[in-house]
Amino acid sequence: MILNIKKLLLLSTLLFTSGLAISASSSSDNEINMEPISIDVSDKKSLQRGARNFFNYCAGCHSLKYMRYGEIAADLNISEEQLLNNLIFSNQTPQDIVTTNMSKEDGDRWFGKAPPDLTLVTRRKNPDYVYQFLKSFYQDKKSPTGVNNKIKDATSMPHVLWLVEEEMTSENYNQFLLDIVTFLEYAGDPTQEKRKSLGLWVLSFLFLFLVFSYALYKDIWREVK
Amino acid sequence: MSEKEESIFTNPFLRWIDDRFPLSSLIKDHATEYYASKNFNIWYIFGVLSMVVLVIMILTGFFLTMNYKPSAKDAFDSVEYIMRSVEWGWLIRYMHSTGASFFFIVVYLHMFRAMLYGSYKKPRELIWILGMLLYFCLMAEAFFGYLLPWGNMSYWAGQVIVNLFGYIPFIGDTLTEWIRGDYFISDITLNRFFAFHVILLPLAIIGLVAAHILALHHVGSNNPDGIEIKEYKDDSGKPIDGVAFHPFHTSKDLVWITVFLIVYFAAVFYAPEMGGLFLEVDNFEPADPLKTPEHIVPSWYFTPYYAILRAVPNAALGAVFLVLAVLLFVFLPWLDRCPVKSIRYRGWQYKLALYVFVISFLALGYLGMQPATGVYVLLARIFTVTYFGFFLLMPFYTRYEKTKPVPERVIYKK
Amino acid sequence: MSKLDRRKFLSVATSVTSVIGGIFAITPFILSFQPSKKAKALGAAIKVDLSNLEVGSIIKVIYRGTPYYVVHRSEDMIERLKSSENDLRDPDSDLSVQPNFAKNEFRSMKPKYLVVEGVCTHLGCAPIEKFSIAPADMGPDWNGGFYCPCHGSKFDLSGRVYSGVPAPSNLRVPPHRFENDSILVVGENSGEANV
Repeated sequence: MILNIKKLLLLSTLLFTSGLAISASSSSDNEINMEPISIDVSDKKSLQRGARNFFNYCAGCHSLKYMRYGEIAADLNISEEQLLNNLIFSNQTPQDIVTTNMSKEDGDRWFGKAPPDLTLVTRRKNPDYVYQFLKSFYQDKKSPTGVNNKIKDATSMPHVLWLVEEEMTSENYNQFLLDIVTFLEYAGDPTQEKRKSLGLWVLSFLFLFLVFSYALYKDIWREVK
Repeated sequence: MSEKEESIFTNPFLRWIDDRFPLSSLIKDHATEYYASKNFNIWYIFGVLSMVVLVIMILTGFFLTMNYKPSAKDAFDSVEYIMRSVEWGWLIRYMHSTGASFFFIVVYLHMFRAMLYGSYKKPRELIWILGMLLYFCLMAEAFFGYLLPWGNMSYWAGQVIVNLFGYIPFIGDTLTEWIRGDYFISDITLNRFFAFHVILLPLAIIGLVAAHILALHHVGSNNPDGIEIKEYKDDSGKPIDGVAFHPFHTSKDLVWITVFLIVYFAAVFYAPEMGGLFLEVDNFEPADPLKTPEHIVPSWYFTPYYAILRAVPNAALGAVFLVLAVLLFVFLPWLDRCPVKSIRYRGWQYKLALYVFVISFLALGYLGMQPATGVYVLLARIFTVTYFGFFLLMPFYTRYEKTKPVPERVIYKK
Repeated sequence: MSKLDRRKFLSVATSVTSVIGGIFAITPFILSFQPSKKAKALGAAIKVDLSNLEVGSIIKVIYRGTPYYVVHRSEDMIERLKSSENDLRDPDSDLSVQPNFAKNEFRSMKPKYLVVEGVCTHLGCAPIEKFSIAPADMGPDWNGGFYCPCHGSKFDLSGRVYSGVPAPSNLRVPPHRFENDSILVVGENSGEANV
């Protein structure tokens, strides 16, 4: 039995897909009914709503220290005026990094654990986790904040969005959360849309080159018996 | 111009060079008049691809070094800086991280070719040894490089591997402290690993690649039939079953390099994390000595050896087995007693053994990614036995192989 | 097509495509040399608050690593500009670098504010402000201006260089604009605001 090309391709495909399956199953945390969500990072409207939601409800405690306001505005098609009026609530400028006014020491003191920076949260957890976390707050009299979370037990985070959840319909609230998650997914990897569209061009060019180089190879090897 | 050889150029500038530098003879000896068998198949592309990936890694690595900061305080942030702020930094970074994994894919397949066609056998033992030295350098390079992003997995994987040296009797603790340059993996360790990764090992690798290829060209390439093509030459001294490296093999390699680049760039542009295999999830948070990841796993290309390490109940002994598992490859030219080179003509014993080896290697790789509990431990032990059995029993099962008659001329189908 | 023609065509086609591909491939690497987004953000035009700048005083700010002097000139200082013109090497700023609106005796768009680069046009030292008339260390003919301690170059209260000193030209005026009466933006001319 000789290992020919077909078997090699089959084997490598099996390995690749099993590799993906392995890592997909081993990287998720706390699998409590994680309905897969679908977010679209190319949806600018969703990103804009998500940005608005984030800066209104989250940025008081959570920084996005790898992003600058101006970069977010440029990527999301937000004008500088809209940026200054709707997203920046301090005296920061578009060139500044998205920091929070809560110092780490204060955060540790007030909450036990300072609210973490969220730029990479969807890369170290996945978007599903973030969404479920935000949805899974419940009342718990034993907790210092009065709430607990099914996804992360004894979380120090209060249910910041409880009023939003009360005032919105379930559907709207889900969309509200999805927008935040979409925005965070963008924040974790801002170049992903550009990367995917460029990939198409690169692969197309390589296929074109493949055609020429294959023809040349065949021509050169014609004389070999 | 030496009397020995004619210049291959008509251009006067190039002839000027030829009078002062062996340009013509290099091109002739290593390209236009280097003859390699005409029946190379897909397994013969992986050496070339290794060189392609090496070039990619050096180029992208150089540009990364321009923006990366090798200090514990700044390293993690500097990687995000490259990803977001440096123009095209994200592409350079993804090419480097994807390239690291593809380097091992290509090198493992390259080594496997030698096991298929007996390319490590006489007179090519030195090529094999140089190749194994390259493999060790590559593993070290990958290990040092992995600490540099200073992510949480970087830190803890580094911790585990450096602690392995602690198992060496008498000198263990001193040695680990000496390697780290500190009492724990710190900014000092990071800075020196950076030096290893950027200068020492790349230079060693380049030197070894040159030696590897010189040794190869001195003896001549093997082929899928395991026949020495130099035994049948035509009137002008050219091997009948060979074709000149340039333009025949270069044109063929160009096609396969393109195919490789398609697969590689598909990964770079569409799946740079590869589900956590190429860029681990735990590495998206900075190193934290207080927070150990749930499963400390080395990168996928080390997991077979990691599985062997954990399979052995005694930690120190496990470290010994790990080292042996890597070292045993070096002895293949002498463990293998069969005079026939190519698997096409060898007995069922070697074919079976090789299948068992491949399955063991892949299984150990998978097991190395799982927690060392329950049935996984048992399986890891079984496959460790079969892995070592492949090498240690080889002098016995290869001595009496019932081989098929080896053809005199290579088999070439158009 | 003969064999040789076909070979030639294919070789050329493959080579040309490789070269084009090579250019595409090398471009991101070359472009990565450009200032990063962080450099551009840190190098963005700066806003200077003039509301606390008293008459006759100077503020020094740093923009893109270079010092800039902002002087709130008094009526008297503005008057004195005319009297030094005979001793200047380039009173009309023909040789020096400034935005078009600063090509005048005030070298600014608002006579009461001077905005100049604090870099001597000789070899780059930071000139020292000497605004008083005829102080002991500058001699009886000194009308107020800037003095460079490295090689003795002298500039008037508009940063215009005197004749007979090593510096060849007037102090540079950067692009700048006034957002309102108390905010100066150094680094951008009017109509050039960038995010």
